[in-house]
Amino acid sequence: MLTKLHDNKSAQLGLGLAGGIVFGFLLQRGGATDYNVIINQLLLKDFTVMKLMLSAVITGMIGVHLLERWGLAKTSPRPGGWGSTALGGLIFGVGFATLGYCPGTAAGAVGEGRFDAIFGGVIGILIGAAVFAALYPALDKAILNKGAFRKVTLAELLRVPKWCAIVPVALLLTLLLMALEYGGL
Amino acid sequence: MDWITMERWSPYAVGIGIGLLSCLTFVLSNKSLGCSTSFVTSAGMIGRLFSKKRVDSNPYYKKMGVTVDWQWMLVLGIAIGSFLGAILSRGLILEWVPTVWAEAFGSSPVTRWVVALVGGVLMGFGARWAGGCTSGHGISGGLQLALSGWVAVMTFFAGGIATAMLIFNVLGA
Repeated sequence: MLTKLHDNKSAQLGLGLAGGIVFGFLLQRGGATDYNVIINQLLLKDFTVMKLMLSAVITGMIGVHLLERWGLAKTSPRPGGWGSTALGGLIFGVGFATLGYCPGTAAGAVGEGRFDAIFGGVIGILIGAAVFAALYPALDKAILNKGAFRKVTLAELLRVPKWCAIVPVALLLTLLLMALEYGGL
Repeated sequence: MDWITMERWSPYAVGIGIGLLSCLTFVLSNKSLGCSTSFVTSAGMIGRLFSKKRVDSNPYYKKMGVTVDWQWMLVLGIAIGSFLGAILSRGLILEWVPTVWAEAFGSSPVTRWVVALVGGVLMGFGARWAGGCTSGHGISGGLQLALSGWVAVMTFFAGGIATAMLIFNVLGA
């Protein structure tokens, strides 16, 4: 691993910015910074967002795990639980459909000159994050640690070696994308 | 070089590009793509202008950090990259009310602004509650086969689909 580069703080700030520019350009060209595209995905009328996300996951899943095998990368999957991930995820979903952007695509929509993303989206997300920070000690005590997942990854859950999960999942997701195309969606 | 000015690229090409970008960030920065943490960082930086003590003693800001870091620069970069993508193709959008919203609820910027603000607050709150967003959980968690990532993406879309159906098929019908 390139640990020297990882520890170089100013180089990392530059790499973050460069990576973000590529990410933002891709999201804009994919239509993911467009409210209409996102809402039509949630209304199940346009599957662009799902196609984009699943092809990113398939490519990254194979790529990152190969890089890990070659000693060039280290995965660090986050732990989760029903009280934190699932409950928070539902709240996120309600906000996602109400706003029509997610945090990353809201930043992209700002760059594209969408005023509802600037004055509604970004400011709203900042307020939401600040409210969460203020309530964090109470939420952490009451609910965030409830129903923690005992395993971190799908491979651990199924008790199989990593690649015995990666290959079937990649194939299944590819089949799902082919079914979407075949179904004309 | 027609592709550089093309308004839309295939979602598969874009997805594969994001997957390859993920590989690069793992190798070069030991980081995975994610966005919502930087909104905490920014909220903390803004909060410090009003009450430094309150921010610095808050356990959540302590845990997440309140400095400009890799991810903060990534999110800034997203806005710049999208700006470049727009000016090199169809130009900036410069609108308050998106088409699908206007067709159902009219073209008042105030209504759209209030609803977007409420949505943003809920989403920012939910993202931090869930510990990630569509990129951090959905793409980065998904590709690492993290159970948290897969559960997050399913609940994001379950909540999102139900709410979108309620807004457009019930309230806006």
